Amino acid sequence: MIEVIGLSKRFGNTQVLSNISTVFETGKVNQVIGKSGSGKSVLAKCIVGLYVPEEGQVLYDGRSFHTLEKEEKRQVRQEIGMLFQSSALFDSLTVLENVIFPLKMFATMSPNEMTERAHHCLKRVKIEGKENAFPAEISGGMQKRVGIARAIAMNPKYLFVDEPNSGLDPQTSIVIDNLISDITEEYGTTTIVITHDMNSVMEAGDNILFLHDGRAWWKGSREELLASDNKELNEFIFASGLMRQVRSAMKPG
Amino acid sequence: MGLFWRSFPNGVNLLFHIGHYFQLLREVFSKPERFSLYYRRTIEEMDLLGLKSIGIVALLSVFMGAVITIQTKSNIDSPLIQAWVVGFATRQSTILEFSPTIISLILAGKVGSTISAEIGSMRVKEQIDALDIMGINSASYLILPKIVATMLMNPFIIVISMFLSIAGGYVAGTASGIISSSDYLQGIQSNFNPYHVTYALIKTVVFAFIITTVSAYQGYYTSGGTREVGISSTRAVVYSSVVILIANYVLTQLLLL
Repeated sequence: MIEVIGLSKRFGNTQVLSNISTVFETGKVNQVIGKSGSGKSVLAKCIVGLYVPEEGQVLYDGRSFHTLEKEEKRQVRQEIGMLFQSSALFDSLTVLENVIFPLKMFATMSPNEMTERAHHCLKRVKIEGKENAFPAEISGGMQKRVGIARAIAMNPKYLFVDEPNSGLDPQTSIVIDNLISDITEEYGTTTIVITHDMNSVMEAGDNILFLHDGRAWWKGSREELLASDNKELNEFIFASGLMRQVRSAMKPG
Repeated sequence: MGLFWRSFPNGVNLLFHIGHYFQLLREVFSKPERFSLYYRRTIEEMDLLGLKSIGIVALLSVFMGAVITIQTKSNIDSPLIQAWVVGFATRQSTILEFSPTIISLILAGKVGSTISAEIGSMRVKEQIDALDIMGINSASYLILPKIVATMLMNPFIIVISMFLSIAGGYVAGTASGIISSSDYLQGIQSNFNPYHVTYALIKTVVFAFIITTVSAYQGYYTSGGTREVGISSTRAVVYSSVVILIANYVLTQLLLL
């Protein structure tokens, strides 16, 4: 479980996050949604420690991340897997080497065991036969899947996914969303997905946090989302034509 | 905090960057995660930043040696000055200044821009964030092997440059008939002070450190996109060249006087 308590972050005179408090549950896909510029990515970066918040705490199963010693922080980070919006695969390494990379750094395994583990992770995300390809030689959807394979290689307790569907076609997006859901269930991770894709929310979101103007504006389940009468939330979710059709279909009569 | 300091005029801005640079160095020299991986990366960097620079250095050295010889001869064409002085002047210019300083400035252009562009691209593609989130000390993992590689390889490159520059002077001088073979060979052997080679190699090692760390600093703190990566590369070359020139003056004062 990841608990965020009173988190605030500013850049210069711009207040990006204001007093955010929420809980991200274990074994659930916790989605953070909101318009561009609402502070979703900054929140994720504060939680993983890439940004230091001015105020507030982030508790990883009770461990207050920002007050930990450097070595303890490093240990927590080894329990985190993250899929970036750009996949962030290392260009100079092959697909297999990218997945082996964190294992080589930290795992106490033999080289054969590492290769076996990497093959297992690639198989899990349905990437086979591309082990020796470089990231530039595979499609965007495949890069995302390799990114997921790398993120789960160390058996993470916490999985962060930043805009998993950006730049992907709807079919591939569904594959990625389902993969994230399945992996969350299978590995029992605390998964946090940053997205503004409503299809993804309907496909995979268990708990949804809506950010508006850097504030935690609304929180609830997928079912509660559609029934909510929150004005800003409704403006956001029903901006999509598809979602308006869903709403019309749900209306009695 | 960064924004606070950056809002001050240039003098304070410079202090901010100097402080930030030394903070980065502290990260770079902290304990590596796995020595075996660092060792392998150092070997790769020695190839990329060292061996792959030999071609351009060799070409420049031969022609610069040739030009030094011809220009020296054309400027001291007096019956009062002995012919072997041309060889002597070529050797001294090469060992004291041309090979360690001018070649280092050229390496600042080639190696410095490579380092800055590579690390800057990794920054904008979130690959450095990925390393940090994995719990890897990204500064140390990316920069330390480059520092070790250039500090080990550049002295070899400079020694090769010295030999080739003096050889280039010999070929140009004798082929054009401005100096005889025996006069040139006498000149390059006369009044030889081995300490000058030591001085040149000390400068080379310091310059290698400057090129790598200043360029890595520019790349590591790149923010934005591809345009900013280009700007960082330009800054890497300009700033490392300026710091090399300042360090050259300080080291010469310290080591030769």
